[in-house]
Amino acid sequence: MPARSSDIDKVFKALADPTRRRLLDLLRAESGQTLTALCAHMDMTRQAVTQHLQQLEEANLVAVVWQGREKLHYLNAVPLHEIYDRWIGKFERSRLGALRTLKNRLEGDDDDKA
Amino acid sequence: MTKPSFVYVSYIATTPEKVWQALVDTDVTRQYWVGPSAECARVNVSDWKPGSKWEHQRVDGTGTVDIVGKVVESAPPRRLVITWARPKDADDVANHSRVTFDIEPQSDGLVRLTVTHADLERDPQMLDGISGGWPKVLSNLKTLLETGRPLPRPAAAA
Repeated sequence: MPARSSDIDKVFKALADPTRRRLLDLLRAESGQTLTALCAHMDMTRQAVTQHLQQLEEANLVAVVWQGREKLHYLNAVPLHEIYDRWIGKFERSRLGALRTLKNRLEGDDDDKA
Repeated sequence: MTKPSFVYVSYIATTPEKVWQALVDTDVTRQYWVGPSAECARVNVSDWKPGSKWEHQRVDGTGTVDIVGKVVESAPPRRLVITWARPKDADDVANHSRVTFDIEPQSDGLVRLTVTHADLERDPQMLDGISGGWPKVLSNLKTLLETGRPLPRPAAAA
């Protein structure tokens, strides 16, 4: 098994919330951000953002590096890859890829935002 | 140290020694380390002594070298630091990025493997390639060490 089921549960639970997905997107756009930098993009209290980040850390979707007194947050895509291999990789990638290309084209979205 | 470009963490149910071996032993590396488009396996070749060179080679019979660098720090089985560059930049240290592998045993029988890739800003193309590559490599490594089997290759690499 690629990961223990409790680890996978944490990843899915963490991903089930739009705020946390937004935080992951922010970290994908720019890695190594501080809490303060992330809060500037979020319409909620600093405490709420901290709690969401904590859940992402526990799911190992966010990795943290201390640089001096700054806590920097990084998107850690490794658990996402484990899910991909476990749940998507076994299906026919080429057909899924073709469907996604079609969807992106019909929706006028060439950007890889999915 | 400048701010790392990428930090990847994987928790693996294994020992630090096995993680170390998976990084430096080509017989293990070839079972999980695939190239950006999974066209063939890759291995890392070196004597892994500080100051030595290392090469990232394709396992396809050509032995093509895609990445080169130097071993900066080698402390088995806990820490490996290497530089990372295109072969044309082998002697141009200013264009080398730096990869650190930290292997830390956890209390619950897991090993925390952290891969930190720093100083990549000078090479945006490399940055793009790597952001997709490490999660795949680390995910494969975890599967190999926990199950003894590499991930099945996609039937067609397309």
